Amino acid sequence: MATATASGPIRLTGIGALLRHRVAAKLLLLAVAAAVLVPIANAQWASGAWPDALTVDLTSPLGRASDWIIDNRDSHWLFTHFLGHVSNAIVISVRAVYLVLLAGGWAGVVAGAALVAWRVAGVRLAALTAVSFGVCGLLGMWVPTMQTLALMVVAVLASVVLGMLMGLAAGLSDRVFRILRPVLDTMQVLPAFSYLLPVALIFGVGVPAAVLATVVYAAPPMARLTALGLRGADSGVLEAVTSLGTTARQRLFSARLPLARKELLLGLNQTIMMALSMAVIASMIGGAGLGDRVYQALGTVDVGAALAAGIPIVLLAVVLDRVTGAAGEGLGAQAEEDTSPLRGRRGWSLAAAVTLAVALAARFAGRLEWPTSWTVDIVEPVNTAKDWMVDHLYTGVPVVGGTADWAAHFTTWVLDPVRDGLQDLPWWSVLLVVAALAWTIGTWQTALTAVLAMAGIGVLGVWDKSLDTLAQVLAAVAVTVVLGFAIGIATARSTRLERLLRPVLDVFQTMPQFVYLIPVVALFGIGRAPAVAAAVIYALPAVIRITTQGLRQVDGAAMEASRSLGATSWQQLRQVQLPLARPALLLALNQAVVLVLAVVVIGALVGGGALGYDVVFGIAQGDLATGMVGGVAIVCLGLMLDRVTQPTTRRDHGAGPTKGA
Amino acid sequence: MRRRTTALAGSLLLLTVTGCGAADMTKQASPYANAGGAKTVTLSVQSWVGAQADVAVAEYLLKHELGYRVDRVQIDEVPAWDALSQGRVDAILEDWGHPEQEQRYVKDKKTITPGGDLGVTGHIGWFVPTYFAKKHPDVTDWKNLNKYASQFRTAESGGQGQLMDGSPSYVTNDKALVQNLGLDYKVVFAGSEAAQITQIEQFAKENKPFLTYWYKPQWLFEKVPMTEVKLPAYKEGCDADPEKVKCAYPHTPLQKYLNADFAENGGKAATFLKNFKWSEDDQNEVALDIADKKMSPQDAAEKWVKNHRSTWQAWLP
Repeated sequence: MATATASGPIRLTGIGALLRHRVAAKLLLLAVAAAVLVPIANAQWASGAWPDALTVDLTSPLGRASDWIIDNRDSHWLFTHFLGHVSNAIVISVRAVYLVLLAGGWAGVVAGAALVAWRVAGVRLAALTAVSFGVCGLLGMWVPTMQTLALMVVAVLASVVLGMLMGLAAGLSDRVFRILRPVLDTMQVLPAFSYLLPVALIFGVGVPAAVLATVVYAAPPMARLTALGLRGADSGVLEAVTSLGTTARQRLFSARLPLARKELLLGLNQTIMMALSMAVIASMIGGAGLGDRVYQALGTVDVGAALAAGIPIVLLAVVLDRVTGAAGEGLGAQAEEDTSPLRGRRGWSLAAAVTLAVALAARFAGRLEWPTSWTVDIVEPVNTAKDWMVDHLYTGVPVVGGTADWAAHFTTWVLDPVRDGLQDLPWWSVLLVVAALAWTIGTWQTALTAVLAMAGIGVLGVWDKSLDTLAQVLAAVAVTVVLGFAIGIATARSTRLERLLRPVLDVFQTMPQFVYLIPVVALFGIGRAPAVAAAVIYALPAVIRITTQGLRQVDGAAMEASRSLGATSWQQLRQVQLPLARPALLLALNQAVVLVLAVVVIGALVGGGALGYDVVFGIAQGDLATGMVGGVAIVCLGLMLDRVTQPTTRRDHGAGPTKGA
Repeated sequence: MRRRTTALAGSLLLLTVTGCGAADMTKQASPYANAGGAKTVTLSVQSWVGAQADVAVAEYLLKHELGYRVDRVQIDEVPAWDALSQGRVDAILEDWGHPEQEQRYVKDKKTITPGGDLGVTGHIGWFVPTYFAKKHPDVTDWKNLNKYASQFRTAESGGQGQLMDGSPSYVTNDKALVQNLGLDYKVVFAGSEAAQITQIEQFAKENKPFLTYWYKPQWLFEKVPMTEVKLPAYKEGCDADPEKVKCAYPHTPLQKYLNADFAENGGKAATFLKNFKWSEDDQNEVALDIADKKMSPQDAAEKWVKNHRSTWQAWLP
């Protein structure tokens, strides 16, 4: 036992020393570079905010581009012979799906959905599906739900096809993989918000633009996981198949794709979830459906109505997530053992027949539309509850003070100093800090990307606004991480707490970001504080979840050993669990940064200002110049933040199969 | 699954049929329009409640008197012009004046036709709550605003007074005004009208002073009485250069606009929408029911329609 304890620290210090050594070398190199470059930069452009001499004004070219698009949209061949067809195809497909859903009637749709869930995921999820669809109807949201579903079906199909094609190319060709991978990685960390304006400009406000924005947002995970799945195929199996004299195509269809089944289904699952969250945000550019109802309700400060439209979104999300997830697990385990008389094709034809029968029965009974008497009004009670909260918690609560007072203090004592501090820093020092952080945990490539992204912001001429947004992100991430780690540690230690929290986390993670905005305004007023609060609520579940999982996965033997040594549970946590769960904690930090940024920019709708406001303004006023620059700056900020918090291990992990293949 | 494949097959078939030749995407209706063979009119709803009242009443009458199905699409003002020009929206019922868009779509491209007056005159201005104006009557002149700047301070405006603006989609010259009139104020954008209203209600609940960009007619005046601050008088053309504006906002007779195709071939619906004209009181009545009493727009419209038969009878073709 004595040797075991002795060897631990030695090994640790060994790695620690090595790590520190490498980091020190990097920092030293950076310091030398800085010592040479900073005086030059200083002499040339002075310190302070980003120098005007290094900015490029894009207002007039972007304005001209926007005018050109509007003037030529009905005549230029690019629009009439290409984009027009794309747009038409989308409208026709969405319409076709929508008409089919309407023709099925509510009974047909409920039966169809439940039976599909039954075939791929079992009886329990079928019941869940039926109940969820029923609740959508009960809330009086049947038609919007069908509109969203129609849009989703088309967007998800397009994303999956597109993603699979890209994934196949990247999975089979090393060169394509090397080019695509950073692009896909990056697309995953970008806030949905920044995609809206360009598509809206080209396709005009409406469903085609909404579908395309959704596809662009939802296809990357499919492509990424397809590529990873194909590359991760067991080389032994592949060799065996090759030795049988198969052609490349046979190998692909008989071995590589089936072996990648799990990744493909995971990709499908992620694509569906991302498509749903985007379909809601796309209501800003005319996406219609449930998202539009949420958006309209927020326009009249009607939290109850927003919730009535938000609940169906959550239910759709939960159902789609569970069913695709269960399908993924079922595929591996069940295939051979299923001996029930309903397996395979017979089950499916039964499901189809029942659906058809129900739909026809509903049609002949003249009951296609959801009966209006079957709706429950939740708007009133929710609004009453909200009003009570506002009346009693807003201000003047004895001892603790009201929420508005907290928000004001948070703004004056945290947000303002951080923002002013960042804005007062000389521009080159911001770049240096970014480089140092990114290089410490990453490679020189990631550091270079981060620095270039940050410099890009300066060149675009939105340096101060970006630092304002950055200040909000930093404050929100700090709060999220502190809260998330604390709750995560608590849940990792108590199974009961975890069971209690899980449904709450599930719901919070799938709620549309929009819905958070109004209650935070009611509680915290307008300004940056409510934007930060919404971001914290949105990012918290992911952080809690990753922290809990990370702590749970800590090797049981290590825990056992430390306990037998008489460590208290606090010592155990601090000296064994937390250090061993470091990768998970870093991942949680990375996720927190990405999620917080996504909401902080939407926070412009409640007075968050800064970059998000430029995008909202651009969409609202059709001002491409302001909106695009804001959007690109958000992209740069997202890229920089991701690179600065993304440990290299994630990249190494991904690169592993590349070398093997 | 089966229905999806059918749908896909159907859409592919349609795609190949339409696939050759030019496709003008500027003439495209919403995929949800006309479902089930109903005649559909698509109306643009702006985010403020007055516009929702217009649309709710028009929708109710189109549905129950003329047998149309009505789709509402919520879009901001400028994109709504674009959507109207493309025929994705058939009509805008309340426009607050967009000269640039009017020039482009009505005069140059002729894809949009004016639909006449709505009957309501809109006015934008700066407002303080009446409870504050009563205590300090001189605050209603812009020249005295600097004296009160310290009272209008908030965490967001820092050392200056706060002038609260609403949604980025609204017409505003406030930043230039503050600058050009030499006021010690900072324009803080609430980001959306919802956020701004919530904030005003909070201030009013505590009887706190505030200065806000606001507009008439608006139902909130019924709940939170506000008094306008006089800015230098408006003269024709004084707001021509947005950078150099030094005068108040004009009084704008609100306009309706129709898609040119729809105006010609829209039948009864188009005629009805051209005839639609009501007063500020009418609009406020419906808007207040929607926003303050939290009635659904449909119920509020129904209530108004029941009580004002003579007004709307004249609109029917």
